[in-house]
Amino acid sequence: MANTGASVIQLRSQLRARFDVPFEVRKRLEREQIPTGIPAIDKLTDGGIPRGTLTEICGTESTGRTALVFALLGEATRRGECCAWIDTGGAFDPLSAVEAGVDLDRVLWVNCGGNAQHALKSTDLLIQAGGFGLVVLDMADTADAITRRIPLASWFRLRHAAERAGAALVAVEQQINARSCSTLQIEMRLKKPLWIGKLLRGLMAQAESQKHFLTRTTDPSACALPFPARTTDLSACALNKSHVAEFSAVR
Amino acid sequence: MMMFACLHAPGNLPLAVECARGFSPYIEENPPDTVIFDVRGLESLYGPPEMLAREIERRIGVPASLAIASNPDAAMHAAHGIRGVTIIAPGREAEVLAPLPVNLLGAGLLYAAADRMSSETAELLHLWGIRTFGEFAKLPPLGVAARIGDEGINLQRLARGEGCRQLRPLVDPLEFEEELELDDPVESIEPLSFILSRLLHDVCGRLGARSLATNEVRLRLTLEDVRKNEANSPEHVVLLRLPVPMLDAKAFLKMLQLDLSGRAPVAPVLKVHLKAEPVKPRRTQQGLFVPSSPEPEKLELTVARLRHLLGDGQAGTPELRVGTPVLMDTHRPDSFFMRGFAPRQAVAQNRRIAVADMPVVETPCLEMKNARLCLRRFRPPRYAQVIVVNRQPVRVVSPSVNGRVVMAKGPWRTSGGWWREGGDYAWDRDEWDIALESGALYRLFQDAAQGRWFIEGSYD
Repeated sequence: MANTGASVIQLRSQLRARFDVPFEVRKRLEREQIPTGIPAIDKLTDGGIPRGTLTEICGTESTGRTALVFALLGEATRRGECCAWIDTGGAFDPLSAVEAGVDLDRVLWVNCGGNAQHALKSTDLLIQAGGFGLVVLDMADTADAITRRIPLASWFRLRHAAERAGAALVAVEQQINARSCSTLQIEMRLKKPLWIGKLLRGLMAQAESQKHFLTRTTDPSACALPFPARTTDLSACALNKSHVAEFSAVR
Repeated sequence: MMMFACLHAPGNLPLAVECARGFSPYIEENPPDTVIFDVRGLESLYGPPEMLAREIERRIGVPASLAIASNPDAAMHAAHGIRGVTIIAPGREAEVLAPLPVNLLGAGLLYAAADRMSSETAELLHLWGIRTFGEFAKLPPLGVAARIGDEGINLQRLARGEGCRQLRPLVDPLEFEEELELDDPVESIEPLSFILSRLLHDVCGRLGARSLATNEVRLRLTLEDVRKNEANSPEHVVLLRLPVPMLDAKAFLKMLQLDLSGRAPVAPVLKVHLKAEPVKPRRTQQGLFVPSSPEPEKLELTVARLRHLLGDGQAGTPELRVGTPVLMDTHRPDSFFMRGFAPRQAVAQNRRIAVADMPVVETPCLEMKNARLCLRRFRPPRYAQVIVVNRQPVRVVSPSVNGRVVMAKGPWRTSGGWWREGGDYAWDRDEWDIALESGALYRLFQDAAQGRWFIEGSYD
């Protein structure tokens, strides 16, 4: 792995000698963040979910995706922000949301009745309307075969709309679909369910984040970092960081 | 200079009011037959008072007495007591009114009850031998005050033509509606949009001129009846209820267009009637540290577009697809209703919380160490076949959820609603929390009435 890093540095230095433009220093865009209220996740993401861009949270069933997003939604509504929940499959449970600290008065719930295209269009409309601090596109129950067919152009469009509106756009899915369009990707895994006596107490989840900075850097140390095996689009990201955190979602 | 005209038209009050409206917006109606109106400033239009009086006389078109004076009471008394046209120059009120019979004093004053002459006073004046305004005006004020009191003072002031009260103008009922009957029936939405645009601009313009807005727009389209029964023509009604008062004709037009394109009239349109409910406009002052919220006009339009895209149910039911869920005060599973999205104005708690760049360690939310376990509901609950061994579910078979149960906790019995009419509301079931070998956690329940198993949702 270290040899790979050294090779990348060597290759870049050779390329820089001939084509300096791709390697010019560009200031990294600092984004505001919405803390999730879960210390482990806030530490993992360096402060929370970034605004003005797309974040993907993916995982299979019972991996704590909804718990994480409800915590985020609770924090955002507690700050007085208006939020939108675009629910592709109609799985939103208002009672769970209230128990997670969400102020329902500040949440616009859009039930798309299982139609992913409608969900994408609704997300676009809501972001364009402006004024929403957090927009959640919930495609957690949508089949992979459908979400994989969403063209990258749609994700780019949503990301640019979020950038213009300054809203944090969070997509909840079963797997990463937006690839290089999303700035932050959090992959959730179930570590273990928590059973206490005759009760399902909760679950312990593991979150792995990958950040994609869509900027180029000349920092050799950054280039020396080994790319994680799961990185999907090397061309778009000059610097990837991968971290793991654990948290519990309990009743 | 203040100038008031009074029309006394016995039996023709509506005509007198209509005539007065042609000259002034400030009209005081004194039923059954008198109208007083403010005519100051009309010299530049009609010339001296004589010309103005001639114009008023010409316009009313029916026999009426007209008087113009510097105060409303003098004009009213002159119109009541003198036939034809009377113009009283300022300062000559007492002189002109002097020959009028004293029983006319305060006779036409509908509102000023204190200025009306009581029967005791009338009898007393008759005993004193006072027959005219002039005779009453000449009496010493101190003596009148001593014998008749405040009423006598007021009546004597009126007899001298010295009234100085303000008019009590008629207030038009605030109705903002427009109606247009079409020569030819309109069959498509596009030409109808032009008509709606015109009507909306008119209504919004009138609302704006009165510093008002609206929170409800009702469009009523009279449709062509295929049976040619004009008395019972079918109607198509569109009702826009807005959570906040608005005055944006373009937004209203777009909302009406979306509604009409989603729920088109069943027949060509013959008549368009538009009505807006007037309310006070929204006044908000956003704080510097308050998070921004969607502009109500844009939000309403967006919600209308979403409803058009997704289709929608009735407000107040779970079928409404765009809105805010409101939990109901019951233990019945998944009980909520939907209402329109109308967020309260946010209040800045303190600057540190409102500004997003604060250090993470300072956030108050750090008190919450864990997230809450959430349920993702299947709507409706998915039917499943469950194999039960020793009263414990051991395998679940359904089209979407399938596998061996590795852990099951339950049953948790819950029931209720049996006291209400209708079997739909009652529930009686045993709930289980299960883990499948895939690791997924589900809530399973067996309906006691049917004995069937359902998967209510997954824990996530």
